[in-house]
Amino acid sequence: MLLKWEPGGLKSEMARARGLGTAREGVKHWLHQRITAFANLFLVAWLLFGLLHIIQMDGSAYAAAKWLGSGLNPVLILLTIVSVFYHASLGLQVVIEDYVHHEGRKITTLILMKLVLLAMAVACIFSVLKVTL
Amino acid sequence: MPPTAPPTGPLPPPPLSPHLQIYRPQLTSILSIAHRITGVGLALGLLMLTWFLVALGTGGPAYSTFIWFCGTSIGVLMLMGWSAALCFHLCAGVRHLFFDTGSFFDIHHAYIAGYAVLAGAGVLTLLVWICGFTG
Repeated sequence: MLLKWEPGGLKSEMARARGLGTAREGVKHWLHQRITAFANLFLVAWLLFGLLHIIQMDGSAYAAAKWLGSGLNPVLILLTIVSVFYHASLGLQVVIEDYVHHEGRKITTLILMKLVLLAMAVACIFSVLKVTL
Repeated sequence: MPPTAPPTGPLPPPPLSPHLQIYRPQLTSILSIAHRITGVGLALGLLMLTWFLVALGTGGPAYSTFIWFCGTSIGVLMLMGWSAALCFHLCAGVRHLFFDTGSFFDIHHAYIAGYAVLAGAGVLTLLVWICGFTG
């Protein structure tokens, strides 16, 4: 099958003339969403067990800090934070791109969303280091 | 047919697809939009996770406030909603990963996988709630 930017490919003459098409970045978002989804499958399941474990201990700050600090848990929680926040950012990006049609509002919303998520992720990472180091 | 001269100026608006409200809701479309809604909900739920970790890092009254909030009826409802959304998004996400490999695309298997997602999410949510409430 001809690719869409090749003559006779799945693209109108007008679209080809206007030079609209791949910037070779298109698949990156999709791929990263799937990779983080796969990682989240294990990391979030682990986090859920951890949170339930903390609740079953007694839910105190002592129990939470003890669980966070034991074994590989500090590394796993940091990986979870990175993977989950990145996955959320990719997902919210698609939702905003789909439903916010005004170009200026769309870009503003996207930037705000990414900055807020980044700030939250950094706050989470800092807190984990503070508790576990 | 000879090629026509390219039109100048903006292109005419493309034809619109039929509007959403004329479609009968189906399992596939409901699961699709539910996956998106729970995804947005879970992203909002990250506020709760951030609050938990930051309160833990701050310690003392900040953590007590967080625990107090989790015990209020609004807090319990949010945690129940969050865990249910998580279980659903996880199961539906697995189905999407299978879709990405080209599996379950025919209607029969898409429906089987869809009901499996609902059953899996239901069981998982119940398990989490039981573990959470008997803590």
